[in-house]
Amino acid sequence: MNWIDIGHIEDVPVRGARLLKTPVGCIAVFRTAEAEVFAASNTCPHKHGPLVEGIVHGQKVTCPLHNWVFDLNTGEAQGADDGRIDTYPVRLDGDRILIDGNAVGQRSAA
Amino acid sequence: MTKQKLVIIGAGMASGRVIEHLVETAPEAYDITLFNAEPRGNYNRIMLSPVLSGEKTYEEIVTHNGAFYAEHNVTCRFGERVVKIDRDLKVVEGENGHVPYDKLIFGTGSDPFMIPLPGHDLDGVIAYRDLEDTERMMALGPDNTCVVIGGGLLGLEAAAGMAARGVDVTVVHIMGHLMERQLDEAAGYLLKKSLEGKGIKIKLQANSKEILGEDGKVKALLLDDGTELPCDLLVMAVGIRPSVALAKEAGLAVGRGIHVDDQMMTSDENVFAVGECVEHDGALFGLVAPLYDQAKVLAQTLLGESAAFTPKVLSTKLKVTGCDLFSAGDFADGEGREDIVFRDPSRGVYKRLVIEGEKLIGAVMYGDTADGNWFFDKIKSGESIEEMRETLIFGPAYQGGATVDPLSAVAALPRDAEICGCNGICKGTIVDAIAGGATDLGAVRTTTKASGSCGTCTGLVEQLLQVTLGDTFQMPTAQPVCGCTDLSHEDVRRLIKSQELKSQPAVWQELGWTTPNGCHVCRPAVNFYLLADWPLEYQDDPQSRFVNERKHANIQKDGTFSVVPRMWGGITNPNELRAIADAADKYNVPTVKVTGGQRIDLLGVKSEDLPHIWADLNKAGLVSGHAYSKGLRTVKTCVGTDHCRFGTQDSTGLGIKLEKILWGSWTPHKVKLGVSGCPRNCAEATCKDIGVICVDSGYQIGIAGAAGMDVKETELLCQVPTEDECIDVIVAVTQAYRENAKYLDRIYKWVGKVGLDWVKETVVEDIENRRALVERFELSQSVYRKDPWAEHAREKAPSYAPLADLTPLAAE
Repeated sequence: MNWIDIGHIEDVPVRGARLLKTPVGCIAVFRTAEAEVFAASNTCPHKHGPLVEGIVHGQKVTCPLHNWVFDLNTGEAQGADDGRIDTYPVRLDGDRILIDGNAVGQRSAA
Repeated sequence: MTKQKLVIIGAGMASGRVIEHLVETAPEAYDITLFNAEPRGNYNRIMLSPVLSGEKTYEEIVTHNGAFYAEHNVTCRFGERVVKIDRDLKVVEGENGHVPYDKLIFGTGSDPFMIPLPGHDLDGVIAYRDLEDTERMMALGPDNTCVVIGGGLLGLEAAAGMAARGVDVTVVHIMGHLMERQLDEAAGYLLKKSLEGKGIKIKLQANSKEILGEDGKVKALLLDDGTELPCDLLVMAVGIRPSVALAKEAGLAVGRGIHVDDQMMTSDENVFAVGECVEHDGALFGLVAPLYDQAKVLAQTLLGESAAFTPKVLSTKLKVTGCDLFSAGDFADGEGREDIVFRDPSRGVYKRLVIEGEKLIGAVMYGDTADGNWFFDKIKSGESIEEMRETLIFGPAYQGGATVDPLSAVAALPRDAEICGCNGICKGTIVDAIAGGATDLGAVRTTTKASGSCGTCTGLVEQLLQVTLGDTFQMPTAQPVCGCTDLSHEDVRRLIKSQELKSQPAVWQELGWTTPNGCHVCRPAVNFYLLADWPLEYQDDPQSRFVNERKHANIQKDGTFSVVPRMWGGITNPNELRAIADAADKYNVPTVKVTGGQRIDLLGVKSEDLPHIWADLNKAGLVSGHAYSKGLRTVKTCVGTDHCRFGTQDSTGLGIKLEKILWGSWTPHKVKLGVSGCPRNCAEATCKDIGVICVDSGYQIGIAGAAGMDVKETELLCQVPTEDECIDVIVAVTQAYRENAKYLDRIYKWVGKVGLDWVKETVVEDIENRRALVERFELSQSVYRKDPWAEHAREKAPSYAPLADLTPLAAE
């Protein structure tokens, strides 16, 4: 793992998300609770809706374009819809949000 | 064993109860002699008020008649005063002769307290204590005026009784609210309001100075502020004092009342006292429940059984028809005490519970006291209410489950529980209709009118259908909001109001959401309901909004946004147009389009550019057009009298005024207006949510048009003569829509459910209600009538940019 600091927890609203630009594409960083974050592809496999703009509920997000719902733990589409988004290792270190640089195509900073 | 001699002084409610116990359990134990200064036996004194108001006759409230005394060999000495008691000889000396006793009971009751005002001894100044007083009051009629001093239980019952006989009654009360010993301020306020509704005048914080008379007869009451209240009769109902003179003379221990121990024994082991004349452990007694307890203890004591009187928490009900109040226990504010308050101003209902630690210690209720005794039980038992704390105020119907189960709650409602507030339909009426063959919602509506007006009780009616019919009834329209709850939108709206739920966590918790924090379906709806019902208390939650409303722009299929500045009434100018053109250049806007709402749309703006383009547009005075919101969109106008040959009114000016009043408000779905200056209708007002057609004589206001998935012409709500009234009606109908409609119902769908007639009644005919709706709209607009673009450009710009950009590093 190659943990990279991408921001302060308060930069992401509770039950909200922020965009992260990476070499592997745009990733949405979700904050599902006071101290709970997830990272997943920003792009809905259905019609490429920006998941960062979706409504976050439980550990899920709903795509703003056509209401596909994804479980942020697995990336799997819920219900009748069939599809998956990539998820990325992300964790909190105190107030800082860290993402695994290797997983998002980031070379080691060293 | 020979019978002992028992002498009782005073035939009141307490002593009467003692006699009953004795003759029932041990008729051979005592020879009873009963003295009474009043020339009659026991009657139910607390029922004098219904006698006064004419709801009962004196004969109906007599508890013991001559036959009773004869049957039980009670020697009656009625109309005879006791002059003296000789405790050494154990003899009672009456006006007509001596009676020896083995045991003696004081049941002398209390005397009304007469304030020693100048003139208190005039003819026509009375207390409210006995049948004679009651008869004096009953002799009055519509030609008479009466003043009652004292706004306590007795005074108000006297006042209401006389008012029922048509007497012009004024109540003068020294305190700031009525019945201050039993009620708190809020309940006192409601009581005052409903008594005033019965024609009783009430003066609070009023100090009596002097009773004025003429020829020895009362004429008026003079207050210390100089007010003179004329009256033919003046009733003093300011309190009672235990009647202790005789006991004192006999040398018994007397404080404020006759001292008794837990067995009701005085300082003399052969003398007892019971009722309002006693002082027990420092306390006096005026209500009937502890008197009956005392009577029972005394009877047991006299029969050699061990018994002890312990004072209990008391409850009060006022015996005035139409004033439903209940109070029990201790409800003063205090440290460590917590209040649970429920108010329903429209029904005049107020409930307040006082909790200390885990116990309920007091309750005050007005308007709906059905659960009073249930609360009273909780107070008396002192049981922990911790488990039901959150739903306690809703009474027994809501208890017994982890969360609110609407079906069991409905099943538990009494038959006289009002289901449909608009039409005043009770549960019993609906259940009867269902039993009579009205087996679906439509049939119940036709038969009873229940849920036929505003429709918010539809869920309740359907639950009644289900409770009554069981499995044969399929819930048809009560669709749950979403998978997070079984409740319908109507239920959620109703419960948010009635349970005063003011946050989303409160809704999730109290209404038993099955998910931790809702979903994309319920969250925007609940967020809207909360901000519409509690504009000041609830803070709008952007994270519960669809992206367009969170980012104040419309998301496009490629993830870019469109930006539509407001053009008030469709009017613009070269400066605004220049600013829009400059912004389009600067931010490389690929498409510029004129919209159907008479303004300009800039399509294809990147998320991170939004705050910057807004700031630029703001500089030219352009604000958000809310083209993205479930709220006011546009007010489309024609040029009206300014330029048009046919224009009858200033339609452009009215459109601009309406837009400036309504903008920024959130509504259940989008709201589009049109104002046409003449019936040629160039602004296409007749297919808008709300449309105005100007005519020579005024303004025709239509609502419930549609030009989307459905196409529908507006229906005429009303025609009004002035622009101001036109604006008021439109604001009021908007607010009624905000308060009552289901989220995502356009106005035409909402009107389809509640009916145009209901809307007419609510906003056109009921002027008072119209004004209240306008006021509530203005209150909400004090929060929401502002430009979100300016705020976001100023405070939230960084949130529109990516959190971090890891790509440049990778490219190194």
